[in-house]
Amino acid sequence: MRYLRFLLPLAIFLVVVGFFVKGLFLNPREVPSPLINKPAPAFALPQLHEPARTLAKTDLAGKVWLFNVWASWCVSCREEHPHLMELSKSGIVPLYGLNYKDQREEGIGWLRQWGDPYAASVSDFDGRVGIDYGVYGVPETFVIDKQGLIRYKHIGPVTPEAIQQKIIPLVKELQKG
Amino acid sequence: MKRLLLALMFVLAAGVAFGKEAVPTAEDPVLEARVQRLSEELRCLVCQNESLAGSRAELANDLRREIRDMMRAGRSDKEIVDFLVQRYGDFVLYRPPVKSTTYLLWFGPFLLLGGGIAVLLYYLKRRRKERVVEDEGLTEEERLRAEAILKQGGEGQS
Repeated sequence: MRYLRFLLPLAIFLVVVGFFVKGLFLNPREVPSPLINKPAPAFALPQLHEPARTLAKTDLAGKVWLFNVWASWCVSCREEHPHLMELSKSGIVPLYGLNYKDQREEGIGWLRQWGDPYAASVSDFDGRVGIDYGVYGVPETFVIDKQGLIRYKHIGPVTPEAIQQKIIPLVKELQKG
Repeated sequence: MKRLLLALMFVLAAGVAFGKEAVPTAEDPVLEARVQRLSEELRCLVCQNESLAGSRAELANDLRREIRDMMRAGRSDKEIVDFLVQRYGDFVLYRPPVKSTTYLLWFGPFLLLGGGIAVLLYYLKRRRKERVVEDEGLTEEERLRAEAILKQGGEGQS
């Protein structure tokens, strides 16, 4: 009973410290998306390289694909770009790009300069499709399954670890289904 | 020479520095007031400690535009908030909704208050009991001694 007087506050203190320590290592920029396991929002947008042709979400039904939000003005897109190139070369999964709030010429120029990992990119000039996808920080990457459901969202530049440990295993599993 | 160049640079730069004209939004003051009121309740996801109303981030501009368009189309505030929550989650709301995952957030403080009051009452009760024990008074022997001392004191003064 005598010890309890000291041990109880100490225990409460340690629990609170535990929460704070955990909070210290959470990334406040990673807001969980409510779209996970929900149908990816529909879109039909002009293609970056051939504006006369549109690409719609329905065109991609029946396969697993990655939807990467990028822009020529986006600094951290440069950071993830080599990893996307590598993933694209591996041929594991097709990458589609959402050229978010960009100028067509600048987007095309950026891809010419650094390489184009995308099967196709579509232009979202006014950012409306971005809003539908809950985009708030470019780059973002979505994994979309055969039924058109969003299964995973990566916020910020993808890292080789995220690709190897999270995205590729998930894609392979979804491709089986 | 270096100084001259530097001075020249500043003079030239002064000409380059120009501000962007504020976009006039007050075409419809009633609508604008409504946009303003609603966007003050919503969090900007880019600069997370600012409301949509206060933020100058690109996304906040776009979302205000979206809100304005939806209001023009006759959508209610609730429909607009639902639109944003569907896309960005409850995080956009400065007032989190009351639901099972937020019960602790909403009622936790009252729980702590209740706990504090319980501890306080317990403590007070115990202290009173201790004092009663102390007040049980003097033993017979002590009483006699005290009486003797008082008597002595009284005689000494007279």
